[in-house]
Amino acid sequence: MTLSDWAGTPENWVFLVIGLGMLFAGFRVVTSPNVVHAVLYLVAALGGTAALFLLLGAEFVAWTVVLVYIGAVVVLFLFGIMITRAPVGREVQLSHPIRVRVSAAIVAFALFVLLAASVVGYFEDAVVAPSAATRTDDIGQAMFERFVMPFEVVSIVLLAALIGGIVLARRDPTEESEALR
Amino acid sequence: MLISQFIVLGAGLFSLGVYGVLTRRNAVLILLSVELMLAAVNINMVAFDAAWGDVLAGGQIFALFIIAVAAAEVGIGLAIVLLIFRNRQSANVDELDLLKL
Repeated sequence: MTLSDWAGTPENWVFLVIGLGMLFAGFRVVTSPNVVHAVLYLVAALGGTAALFLLLGAEFVAWTVVLVYIGAVVVLFLFGIMITRAPVGREVQLSHPIRVRVSAAIVAFALFVLLAASVVGYFEDAVVAPSAATRTDDIGQAMFERFVMPFEVVSIVLLAALIGGIVLARRDPTEESEALR
Repeated sequence: MLISQFIVLGAGLFSLGVYGVLTRRNAVLILLSVELMLAAVNINMVAFDAAWGDVLAGGQIFALFIIAVAAAEVGIGLAIVLLIFRNRQSANVDELDLLKL
């Protein structure tokens, strides 16, 4: 596939806009000097994934990302920032010094080159052409027939996480609070 | 659309997440970078599912599982960060050096 073929498909331009936006947002998530801005850029990056899922015809997954990630997880993160009184504003050191950052950048870039080169070398011109959007009906049928065991395992994981979160985060009852009862 | 373009985007986001985990000092921001990496994996899942044309939509279902596990991970992770903050009055990972001689 030549570059002009690639550029001739409108979907690729949509992908390019979303993808570049996501990479910019992801870059700001890991470099922003302000904690709250980092979380808001994460919202942009996750919104980009939801848009890509729509592009690929995975509508149910896209709206799950919007509901669960952007709706719940990001609010949980903002909670965590407020509760741990993470330093909000500039002038604070949120990242390690420049020495660590340079070596981390080298590691991350080497990882990217390794992953991208091996995958592009293997798949070359393999095309992904979603014929029609996947129906939520089909996803539900598959999840509760073929994938019912993993589904139950995930349910147990969520329950364990729920109980574990409560046990970890609650304060131990002090003598004063016991006396108030 | 090529498969490669989705995978390269996923690899880029994953590498950004790795960079964030390695450079951030605040534990909440490290969790944020981990979320970025999980989102990158989800893109791969759904892209391969669409390329395969799987009748069981296995890729999409496992993307949903990843979302559920990520939600559990954030809940537990933030509870642990909260506990560390309560005990040490700081959520910076480089100040947690009690085990260091």
